[in-house]
Amino acid sequence: MRKKRKQSRLLEVWHQLKKNKVAVVALFVLVLLFLVAIFAPYLAPHPYEKQNSKLANAGPSREHPLGNDRLGRDILSRLIYGTRQSLQMGIVSVAIAAAIGILLGSVAGYYGGWVDNLSMRLLDIYQAVPMFLLSVSLAAILGPSLRNAIIALGIGTVPGYARIMRASVLTVREKEYVEAARAINASDIRIIFKYIIPNSIGPLIVQITMGVGSCILAGSALSFIGLGVQPPVPEWGAMISDARRVMREHPTHALYPGLCVMISVLACNLLGDGLRDALDPRLKN
Amino acid sequence: MTPLLEVRNLKKYFKTRYGLLHAVDDVSFTLDRGKTLGVVGESGCGKTTLGRTVLHLTEPTDGQIFFEGRDIMYPKKRELRKLRENMQIIFQDPYSSLNPRMTVSEAIMEPLILRGGMSNDEMLAETRKLMDTVGLASRFENSYPHELDGGRRQRIGIARALALKPKFIVCDEPVSALDVSIQAQIINLMLDLQEEFGLTYMFVTHDLSVVKYISDEIMVMYLGQVVEKAPSDELFANTLHPYSKALLSAIPIPNIHKKRKRILLRGEITSPVNPKPGCRFMARCDYAREECNEPQVLEESSPGHFVACCRYKEIMTS
Repeated sequence: MRKKRKQSRLLEVWHQLKKNKVAVVALFVLVLLFLVAIFAPYLAPHPYEKQNSKLANAGPSREHPLGNDRLGRDILSRLIYGTRQSLQMGIVSVAIAAAIGILLGSVAGYYGGWVDNLSMRLLDIYQAVPMFLLSVSLAAILGPSLRNAIIALGIGTVPGYARIMRASVLTVREKEYVEAARAINASDIRIIFKYIIPNSIGPLIVQITMGVGSCILAGSALSFIGLGVQPPVPEWGAMISDARRVMREHPTHALYPGLCVMISVLACNLLGDGLRDALDPRLKN
Repeated sequence: MTPLLEVRNLKKYFKTRYGLLHAVDDVSFTLDRGKTLGVVGESGCGKTTLGRTVLHLTEPTDGQIFFEGRDIMYPKKRELRKLRENMQIIFQDPYSSLNPRMTVSEAIMEPLILRGGMSNDEMLAETRKLMDTVGLASRFENSYPHELDGGRRQRIGIARALALKPKFIVCDEPVSALDVSIQAQIINLMLDLQEEFGLTYMFVTHDLSVVKYISDEIMVMYLGQVVEKAPSDELFANTLHPYSKALLSAIPIPNIHKKRKRILLRGEITSPVNPKPGCRFMARCDYAREECNEPQVLEESSPGHFVACCRYKEIMTS
């Protein structure tokens, strides 16, 4: 019975989301990206690491629709495989950051007092170090690899989520339904998870989707300076930096991965906007 | 027979930057089973805080609270859980007292889930019964609160409070956020429920016409203190305290031919932070004299009628 209602709730969100055409397109794009990432070996016309010095910097051809990079590797195949790395970077690191941030922010906001003060001052110290510098140092300490880059990005971006969550919780905490929950013996944990978080997560959803985009970018930057994805594994950001040397002669080498980043970030943001409206039962017409 | 609820010298002070805020100051009352105590006063007089303090939603500073003869001033966690099954609260604003992410049935079922010991089907059946009791059609079961009007929302709040079958309910201005036509419905519902379940109410409000209708006894509060306490009819027939008089004169009379004198209070309510020991109403009182600087005590003017004014006899005769 309860399960059924939860399902219908999801269905309801979908009905709401459907009204927003832009969000549906964004969702479609993201699903497509996921499918590309999953089925990369079947979609890619060539192995991503196969070099062909004869075709170095070659233009588009029937065999290689987007041309070849400076080592003669098929750009389309590399883009397709790169989806895996980029999406992982964006999504997993944001998931880590948001999970820690939501927990920290709601606990700080709900309990207030010294708990709040302590955690916020710690975050102040945390934020005194630039986020990217922090990620770089973390990645450097952990050693360069995709997994460590994700962890570094995740930990580096916690404060933003925690602060937004806390601010949002502060207003929800004062609502009478929280007091009502206390009056019917709800435990703090239940209040936080069933009353506080669902009602204060709205502003965070947009932040999360934007975070996916910025983490894709930051992850690319990490790869660029050699702390992220290691060659020859392709990644959009690494491809852009790779194309830097031939930017003047072959601008498309940087353009394609750039477009991929842009489209995925845009899709995330638009979907986030749509979701925010769809998740809020008060905005139903 | 022991009264259901007895409160002795209850105090609730809040620490502020400027000093101690006396929200509830030395309030005592007893409340018998099945009766209704009306607590009236203007905004900020501590009536809401009084209700919440009795329920331990805010911790009292000092005093004694007895529920069914047991001391519940400093309950242990387990005792408090048990206690809250017997003491519930209905909130003022039905728009903010319901979790917007919970459907009607989820909100009403929540207390049952938290108490435990019932299967899902039993809880659902109980929820439906409760909805029926408070007059909510079962088609609203899966609606969200924002889809319903204020009256229906307040019915959800009442059903939630009733779910654990409490003996005592604090009603914190349950109708002041509602339209007048719906106010009457909700009040009648509450009276019916009182009769059906033998409930005891503490009815906090600033609306005197409502309180007259529902209360057995009325307590008038001003700045955290009780200034007058009397059986409902007695208070309206024989108002003694200057503040109560002013308050009562503000009730509109539904008769355009009848003229009546309104007592308009001058000035603002004085600050409840570090109040002077004398009568707190003094600064706004027409009858203020030198002796009002002394602390005022509740005196029994006639059986059951208490007033905290040193000049009530003169006022009575004038």
